[in-house]
Amino acid sequence: MTTFAAAQEFSEREGGRPAPVLIRGAAPYGEDPADVLLAGGRIAAVGVDASVHPEAADAEVVDGSGLVLLPGLVDLHTHLREPGAEDAETVASGSAAAALGGYTAVFAMPNTEPAADTAGVVEQVFRLGREVGLVDVQPIGAVTVGRNGSQLAELAAMASSAARVRMFSDDGSCVADPLLMRRALEYVKAFGGVIAQHAEEVRLTAGAQMHEGVVSARLGLAGWPAVAEEAIVARDCLLAEHVGSRLHVCHVSTSGSVELIAAAKAHGASVTAEVTPHHLLLTDSRAESYDPVNKVNPPLRPDPHVQALRRALADGVIDCVATDHAPHARQDKETEWAAARPGMLGLETALSVVCAAMCETGLLDWRGVARVMSENPARIGGLADHGRPIAAGEPANLTLINPSARWTVRAEALASLSRNTPYEGMELPARVVATFLRGRATVRDAALAAGAAV
Amino acid sequence: MTSLATGTGPATAPGSVGAALETVSAATNDGYADLPRHLLAASDLSREAAIAVLDTAERIDQAIAGREVRKLPTLRGRTVVNLFYEDSTRTRISFELAAKRLSADVINFSAKGSSVSKGESLKDTALTLQAMGADAVVIRHSASGAPHRLAGWVAGTVINAGDGTHEHPTQALLDAFTLRRHLLGGAVRDRVGNGLDARHVVIVGDILHSRVARSNVTLLHALGARVTLVAPPTLLPVGVDEWPCSVSYDLDAALAGADAAMMLRVQKERMDGAFFPTAREYTRGYGLDLRRRALIAPHGIVMHPGPMNRGMEIAPAVADGEGSVVTEQVANGVTVRMAVLYLLVSGEGADRV
Repeated sequence: MTTFAAAQEFSEREGGRPAPVLIRGAAPYGEDPADVLLAGGRIAAVGVDASVHPEAADAEVVDGSGLVLLPGLVDLHTHLREPGAEDAETVASGSAAAALGGYTAVFAMPNTEPAADTAGVVEQVFRLGREVGLVDVQPIGAVTVGRNGSQLAELAAMASSAARVRMFSDDGSCVADPLLMRRALEYVKAFGGVIAQHAEEVRLTAGAQMHEGVVSARLGLAGWPAVAEEAIVARDCLLAEHVGSRLHVCHVSTSGSVELIAAAKAHGASVTAEVTPHHLLLTDSRAESYDPVNKVNPPLRPDPHVQALRRALADGVIDCVATDHAPHARQDKETEWAAARPGMLGLETALSVVCAAMCETGLLDWRGVARVMSENPARIGGLADHGRPIAAGEPANLTLINPSARWTVRAEALASLSRNTPYEGMELPARVVATFLRGRATVRDAALAAGAAV
Repeated sequence: MTSLATGTGPATAPGSVGAALETVSAATNDGYADLPRHLLAASDLSREAAIAVLDTAERIDQAIAGREVRKLPTLRGRTVVNLFYEDSTRTRISFELAAKRLSADVINFSAKGSSVSKGESLKDTALTLQAMGADAVVIRHSASGAPHRLAGWVAGTVINAGDGTHEHPTQALLDAFTLRRHLLGGAVRDRVGNGLDARHVVIVGDILHSRVARSNVTLLHALGARVTLVAPPTLLPVGVDEWPCSVSYDLDAALAGADAAMMLRVQKERMDGAFFPTAREYTRGYGLDLRRRALIAPHGIVMHPGPMNRGMEIAPAVADGEGSVVTEQVANGVTVRMAVLYLLVSGEGADRV
């Protein structure tokens, strides 16, 4: 790919305009193959027009035969850990992991140190993302000052900052006070915001280590009952409807939450929801090893919940997949279970896990994957240039996938600074081959593109 | 198969301890294939392995009985580390005595006054013990599963001496040993090779937080006993209905004709109204007084893992009365732990590593 890199570097010297790329024979949405020409940061042409387009003459040609072309993936729920925990992840390393996972945009959760609860911090994260340039990093603002759950942060200031924040969350903590939650939902209506709630009734999860059920009873680990999530989901759906605002439910993990969200949607509430890849694939039996790589919040649930989440994602009750990519330094995972911090890596494995859980089971096709991993999250998060159709004139944010590849996850081979993947040693389907951000390759041949390296 | 005495060198005098221990090995031969490398949970022991431990304890008891020096040379030259992250004088002393009676070198590593209190991680402590060449680590920890983690980091045998609200398998073994002695007849030959088939054991109290209850349910079930758990609903875990036992809120009904009542300690911090209104109301519903004591079968016994809250879960007259085996449990603890250390840490165990 030297020629490509050289061309790209040359074009950058020429003024930042990436060299044209002609993707030959890839199948948009896994449907009929069509040539796709990227030029000037946009999709210049699709189909028979592509190769005869004037820009195609100088274009670098990518052989896409046998590959699937999707709009670049969008993650509504990423922990980049910068500022404050740069030993676990940085904006740079997290961006690299995202690009390798097929993402062109990630939403950075505000539970950093300091918390992203002011215009200053969100602008810092936004700027770091821009400097790295591998994905669009869209900061999420904290709902309350210091994520303490007691006083609203300056939401409007973050909304009008350079980061143009529209999604707010105290993720990691629940906005527990019902009145404060109501005020937050109301307040963000002024600028078209949405509150992303980490639904956890903390009075029901004191000391909780894993899903409360048969396995926790046997392992002697304090239980995190499904009702602790569902109680908050129910309350917040009612609040969102009452004040006519937008609620997004983070990492839905129980069948009961699915039923509540379905009911709220049927009732006309502006409620959206996400599910993580790990809640679609893994169950609470993972705790039997006592290896905290399987510790996550909300916790892994038994199989009936997993099946309900898959169905809900397939039929649209759950709108999208979000990774909850949560890197942790080794010392925070190489401990006894109770001492470990909750969270799992997700960005580099999400697409493959979704394929294993949803595609190989016949619940989603590639059109569906595009919907739940790109279009819907972009729409919910308000990103105009992501999750767009693969059509002439649209921004060239794309990912190219080898659907027949199988690969074995090795933590040591991941771009994330952390190693806490629960998929170590698992063979998973589908591999991201290339990712294009505004027409420029961030990933080529399943590795960071030369010139895109950080 | 070498005998228990072989491999300990010429120190064994023929005809005395050695002869008795030949019998130990012979009797437990069949159990060996089945023994786990570590003892992390009661479920690590099959019925056969559990009976092998109990039988070995019987023979050790016989071998030591009446001897002036109550010590066997079996673990000479081996190092047993007691790694105690929780205060537990009785369990630590019991393991220490067991290891010393097997002639092991014993190191007590307690969380207080050690590098642990300086914030050293469990893993680093494990690597330290590993570097020092510990043959066995006996661990007590407040976190459920800590022994499982430790077993992944050290080469030696790990024995769980109580982890959080998970398990306490040697307590269950000593309880089973005690039950067998009282319920299976007075002669060793009545007990050796046998489980606790069809015996009914009622376990009463804070099941939710009890590692003793978890280990006992698993082990007693494996040995063929019938177990009934009795507790206020707030002190039973969600999911308990999947356990191999029955559950009741009615202590009187459960005790009727039972072979044994095992009373669990109710921790002070559970008494502040979080799980039941008052200590008095708990005692009324779930305490073992003389009236309830009389409901147990005439040959039945009263057990408590200690330390007891007299007047709370057990009336003093019951704790000190006929059929109370509380202090015997303590004595049996040493013998059973000797059996566990012998079977898992002696040459037999080490060969499998």
